[in-house]
Amino acid sequence: MSTLVYCENAGGKFKKSTYEVVSYAAEIAHLTNTTLTALSIGDVAESELAALAKFGAAKILNVTNDQLKQFVNMAYAAVIAEAAKAEGAKVVVLSNSFSGKGLAPRIAVKLSAGLVDGAIALPDVSSGFKVRKSAFSGKAFADVDITSEVKVLTLVPNSYKVVEKPQTVSITAFDPKLSENSFAAMVKEIVRAADKISLPEAELVVSAGRGLKGPENWGMIEELADLLGAATACSKPVSDAHWRPHSEHVGQTGISISPNLYIAIGISGAIQHLAGVSSSKNIVVINKDPEAPFFKAADYGIVGDAFDVVPKLIEAIKKFKAANG
Amino acid sequence: MKILVCISNVPDTTTKINFSSDNKSLVTTGIQYIINPYDEIALTRALELTEGSGGTVTVINVGEPSTDPTIRKALAIGATDAIRINAAPRDAYFVAQQIAHVAKSGGYDLILAGRESIDYNGSQVAAMIGEILDIPSISICKSLTIDGSNAILEREIEGGKEVLNCPLPLVASATEGMAEPRIPNMRGIMSARTKPLSVVEPVEVPVLTEVMGYDKPKPRGQVNLVDPDKVEDLVNLLHTQAKVI
Ligand SMILES: Cc1cc2nc3c(=O)[nH]c(=O)nc-3n(C[C@H](O)[C@H](O)[C@H](O)COP(=O)(O)OP(=O)(O)OC[C@H]3O[C@@H](n4cnc5c(N)ncnc54)[C@H](O)[C@@H]3O)c2cc1C
Ligand SMILES: Nc1ncnc2c1ncn2[C@@H]1O[C@H](COP(=O)(O)O)[C@@H](O)[C@H]1O
Repeated sequence: MSTLVYCENAGGKFKKSTYEVVSYAAEIAHLTNTTLTALSIGDVAESELAALAKFGAAKILNVTNDQLKQFVNMAYAAVIAEAAKAEGAKVVVLSNSFSGKGLAPRIAVKLSAGLVDGAIALPDVSSGFKVRKSAFSGKAFADVDITSEVKVLTLVPNSYKVVEKPQTVSITAFDPKLSENSFAAMVKEIVRAADKISLPEAELVVSAGRGLKGPENWGMIEELADLLGAATACSKPVSDAHWRPHSEHVGQTGISISPNLYIAIGISGAIQHLAGVSSSKNIVVINKDPEAPFFKAADYGIVGDAFDVVPKLIEAIKKFKAANG
Repeated sequence: MKILVCISNVPDTTTKINFSSDNKSLVTTGIQYIINPYDEIALTRALELTEGSGGTVTVINVGEPSTDPTIRKALAIGATDAIRINAAPRDAYFVAQQIAHVAKSGGYDLILAGRESIDYNGSQVAAMIGEILDIPSISICKSLTIDGSNAILEREIEGGKEVLNCPLPLVASATEGMAEPRIPNMRGIMSARTKPLSVVEPVEVPVLTEVMGYDKPKPRGQVNLVDPDKVEDLVNLLHTQAKVI
């Protein structure tokens, strides 16, 4: 019996979120007395694959089929489910990435498995298989018991630490059966903003709201984010007004994030905004109104005008970086 | 063109939530229910796609009679008719199976859902329906256009977007950008009362997950306020105390 982890790559390289999910799956394999098999699909170099052993994979299945070089939801779901069956997997784990979110429900149906999308901690296997996740868009947590024999989980980025657990590993080619109808949806184009840090995976996030007055004032927000290596985010009215793209909108109706640091600048802290960011480990609020509700949900705060405080903060961080290398 | 839009009935976003004493269920007294915001986006896009071309938009909900006001609201926004599958939604698999069962014989060209329901945040129903019906599912789409029997979709990916071409029928889940939600007008509200809402009984489906309990995040401690003239103190705190930079 085994635990199967799907290792997503971006341009042939594994990301930090992939190592997180492998570390997480290795611990589940340990808890459930199974061995961990890692599955890679696409064009990933042998040396990159072998690195998975560092995080606890005992066996690697490598799918290099030409038709699967590029992500195709239906086909990838079929391959992962077939590998799960071939390996006798009791638990299948994926990253809760955009692609992972589209794959997991299809895999779950194929395996008649219960699914928890967005796990944030290891399952409690003392009785049943209880998985913790966020619910009511950050206003609560739910402990969900998966009662089916096979279980599927997706892990939220930044919620489990990468742990090294070196294994000797075998890399095996896996040649799945493919059906033509799995390739109906064809990717025409992929558009990526060059060297932009992806918001859902970011460890640090700098976010701004209507307090910034207009899109022309985002220069200092981007400068601060660049300096910290942070992703940028915004409140809903900001993306509604097209000051920033919709993909940056966080909150109940935007994306939910749980970075190590969330800096909110000129954001009032409405309940719908807090819903998407309240699981951030540290929250800094910069707002000129001392009564802004966000201060009640913050760890650190500065009451002040963003146009005064942010440039000073940028200078202070530059000094800090110079002093600390 | 026949479009089916899956509608979930969720607490209003301003709702402060509380749980029953066994922590297993939401206390619903005093809660105002709304159409899940992402489903509203999907519904609006469906209406835009059928306007002028003579298509129909059917909304479907798995729920008890108490969800009827939310379904009527969808009809007021402009849906042609509605189907309610008369059952409490047990889990996403249960909901997807019910909807797929109805959709199988419905001849829909397009099935739309929201990216996730803002209450249980399952993020599962759309792709599960696709799998059960063995048709493509495209998750988290910010744009959808139809060109004959083909759809062109943009889905979100980390740091960008993917543009796809996909023949109909398909299932797509909507996120912001696909459409600006519409507010029902007086005429819509009047006509919604007489639009057909058919109630069908559920099929039997195994339940694969069960919520064992809910709890609320611990409140944060008192905020540590830093003097705006000493921002370097904040940098130090983030370095030495929070250890994030
Ligand atoms: C159904 C629904 C869903 C919603 N979903 C979301 C969601 O997902 N995400 C979301 O963000 N919102 C959401 N909202 C909107 C939410 O209710 C708030 O309206 C929104 O979050 C406010 O955005 P804001 O804080 O940028 O703007 P405002 O509330 O206008 O706040 C601006 C803040 O900036 C401060 N400020 C002004 N000038 C300065 C300055 N010079 N320096 C420093 N501070 C300054 C002000 O004191 C104020 O606190 C939703 C609303 C509804 C009804
Ligand atoms: N009870 C339900 N009835 C109809 N559609 C639903 C129901 N629950 C969820 N959906 C649809 O599935 C989407 C995703 O929901 P979920 O997978 O529960 O997060 C929602 O946005 C709805 O479009």
